[in-house]
Amino acid sequence: MLSGIAILSGVLVITRKNPVHSALALILTLLCVAGLYLMLYAPFVAGVQIILYVGGIMVLFLFVIMLVNLERSEKEKQFNQQWLPGILAALGLGTLFVAIYIKGKNAFPMLPPALPEADNTQRVGVLLYSNYMFPFEIASLLLLVAIIGAVVMAKKRI
Amino acid sequence: MAPITTLHYLVVAAALFVLGVIGVLTRRNVVIVLMSIELILNAVNLNLVAFSRMWGGLHGQVFAIFVITDAAAEAAVGLGILIAFFRNKETVNVDEVDLMKW
Repeated sequence: MLSGIAILSGVLVITRKNPVHSALALILTLLCVAGLYLMLYAPFVAGVQIILYVGGIMVLFLFVIMLVNLERSEKEKQFNQQWLPGILAALGLGTLFVAIYIKGKNAFPMLPPALPEADNTQRVGVLLYSNYMFPFEIASLLLLVAIIGAVVMAKKRI
Repeated sequence: MAPITTLHYLVVAAALFVLGVIGVLTRRNVVIVLMSIELILNAVNLNLVAFSRMWGGLHGQVFAIFVITDAAAEAAVGLGILIAFFRNKETVNVDEVDLMKW
C-alpha cells in the first residue's frame, strides 16, 4: 500500500508541469519511503529521513523554485530534446531489473526475527562511533565544503 | 496475503530508481532533474535498509544515513550552481545550457 503510493507519487514527480507540484509529490514520496523504513524496523533512519530530507532538502528545493522565476517555462513543453533516447535507456534499465527479478526470485532467505526497536538508535550510534568513525568525520568535512561551496556560488560578488 | 519479503522492497526500490532515471534523462527543467536525482538516491537507500533488515546487522542503516547526508550536500551545491547559472542566463531549461557546445 505504502509502496503503491510511493511509486505513484514518483510518477507524479517526473510528469508534472509545475515544479511546485513535482516538489510536493517528491515530499509525498519521501514520506512514504520513511514509512517503508519504519516497516523495515529502522526507526532512526526514518526519523533522519523525515527531518533531513523532507524538512531540509525539500524546503531548500521549494525556496529555490520560488527564487527562480518559472512562469515563462510553464507555458513551454516540458520534455527535453532527447526524450526518446532517454525513455529507451530507462526502459532498457527496467528490462534489466525485470530480468534480474525473474531469475533471482527464490534467492532470498526468510527474514530473521527483527531486532528490538527500542534500542535501534543506540545501536546505530554505537556503530557510527566505533566502526564508522572515519566516514563520520569525512561526512562532516564534506558538509563544511558543501556549505562553503553553496554560499560562494550563490553570492553576487566574491 | 503473502508475507512481505525482501524482494518486495527491492522491487519498489528498482521501480523508484527507473522512475528517477526517466526523470533525469527526460525533463527539461533543471530543478526537476535535481529532484529526480533525489528519487534515485532514495531508491538506493531503500535497497540498503532492506538488505540491512535481511542480514540482521545495522551496517546498511548507517550507510543509508551517510547517503542521506551526502544527498543533502549535493542538493545544496547543485541548487547553488543552478542559482548562479540562472542569474546569468534567465532560463532553467537544460536544452539551453549549451555554452560549451562546439
